[in-house]
Amino acid sequence: MTAAVREEPFIRFRDVEKSFSTKNGTVTAVERLSLDIAEGEFLAIVGPSGCGKSTLLMALAGLTQPTSGSIDVGDERVDGPMTTAGIVFQSAELLSWRTALENILLQAEIRKLDKNAYRERALQLLADVGLEGFADHYPDELSGGMQQRVALCRALLHEPSMVLMDEPLGALDAITRDQVQLDLQHLWLTVRSTVVLITHSIEEAVFLADRVVVLSPRPASIAADLTIDLPRPRHIADRGSEEFRGHVNAIREEFSRLGVFGDDE
Amino acid sequence: MTSEQTVTAPSTARPTTTRDGVIQAKLAGAARRWLPSTTLLVLLVGAWQIASSTGLVEEYVLPAPFTIVESMVVDASRYWEASVPTLWAIVLGFVLSVLVAVPIAIGMVYSPLFERVLYPLLVLSQVVPKVAIAPLFIIWFGFGDPPKILMVVLISFFPLVIDAAVGFHAARPESLMLVRSMGASRWQAFWKIRFPWALPSIFAGAKVAITLAVVGAVVAEFVGADRGLGVLITQARGNLDTVTVFAGIGYLSALGLVLFAIIGLLERLLVRGSRSGRSFEAAGGL
Repeated sequence: MTAAVREEPFIRFRDVEKSFSTKNGTVTAVERLSLDIAEGEFLAIVGPSGCGKSTLLMALAGLTQPTSGSIDVGDERVDGPMTTAGIVFQSAELLSWRTALENILLQAEIRKLDKNAYRERALQLLADVGLEGFADHYPDELSGGMQQRVALCRALLHEPSMVLMDEPLGALDAITRDQVQLDLQHLWLTVRSTVVLITHSIEEAVFLADRVVVLSPRPASIAADLTIDLPRPRHIADRGSEEFRGHVNAIREEFSRLGVFGDDE
Repeated sequence: MTSEQTVTAPSTARPTTTRDGVIQAKLAGAARRWLPSTTLLVLLVGAWQIASSTGLVEEYVLPAPFTIVESMVVDASRYWEASVPTLWAIVLGFVLSVLVAVPIAIGMVYSPLFERVLYPLLVLSQVVPKVAIAPLFIIWFGFGDPPKILMVVLISFFPLVIDAAVGFHAARPESLMLVRSMGASRWQAFWKIRFPWALPSIFAGAKVAITLAVVGAVVAEFVGADRGLGVLITQARGNLDTVTVFAGIGYLSALGLVLFAIIGLLERLLVRGSRSGRSFEAAGGL
């Protein structure tokens, strides 16, 4: 990635709309949404569950087509699977018949990259997330947090220009979640690729992201767009700070305004 | 487990006892597992032996177990000679069955139209009683191996098709999305995701199929063939030679067991990553 000065932002959503036809008629998941994401930016998208966050991410990954509107990444129009991306799903999606290392190297295998060259990198990534010594373990032998860290390594193996994460920590317990957030920040500070993180945790969004976009309930549209200018690396203890709480409260108020919390008199 | 076995015992006393302890624990485990069923088997065979040898049951109705085993050992070459054509029909038919069933299952997964067209026919082919159409095979193909092999294929391919199709359908959509985002071709998605996902299922089908294959071969030989264990049994039955009938059944069962064990061994070699071990423990007997 050369840091060429671009006229336009790296990722551009233009009037993106996505609707599904169901038995009970058409459901609009995303409504005329436009969004720019700069290169190297860590963007978090938060929104109430079922608001179409994942649909948005899958559309960016090229795994589902928007009903109308367009998405561009760099000079490329998204009209098929974006192979320049690295994706992490909510469940780790490791293949049970492959060891941790083999799961990471799937990325190189499918792309027909030199496996031996990437083996080194895979082992380095594992070490970066504190999993040295677990390369030859099968997923069954790893905890949920470990599995998700392996999935993260897999998503980063080919040095993707953008990393798309769909609630990657949603299934983890609070303590593991903190740890993986730190690992994620550590990795991102070394890689600095563009990240789009979908999450339903406001704290997680504020802790990790440069910018947080708040989506409205379905059909999704942008309700707020906040810059998080906290210095990095951020620490777990920073979450008690006034600034941190301020950002979290601002987003929570936004949710209240949207009527997400139904019975909060 | 294996690492403990491969450790060479040093001269010091403690590790040696640990190693012996491991072996003892394994023996104890095996005893616990096999003792109840073995005891029951020994009791049953013992009762049978007594019933036959004391004349409680006529020897030609139910020969004593020792007489049967004696015949199996003494006349081993005769039984083995009869086993070879049967074994040949089973193995060839089973392999053909796999070669037919797996591609059909793949076709059904990738083409809903193909599935809609073929599925009713598959079910129909199974509800037709095979024993009833066996004589037709002899009219069409004579008394040689082809009708036997055809019968084996017909009887064993159904569980293979069904289980393989279930397996190929089982791949998680997220796994497929993941490799699509890596730019995988259809071919890669199949070999890296769908096929390994389907393997345990295919083996489940293969285990059912191999036992049915034995049945298929014997049914075909009963109806009419020139050689094989089924032929030997039919002829012996005609002569009221129940010892040979029982010994033949013994050989057939042994064939089935060995073939089943081979499939199990292949499964353990090819299906990696424990997928069932933990769930058993997690179930806690539920």
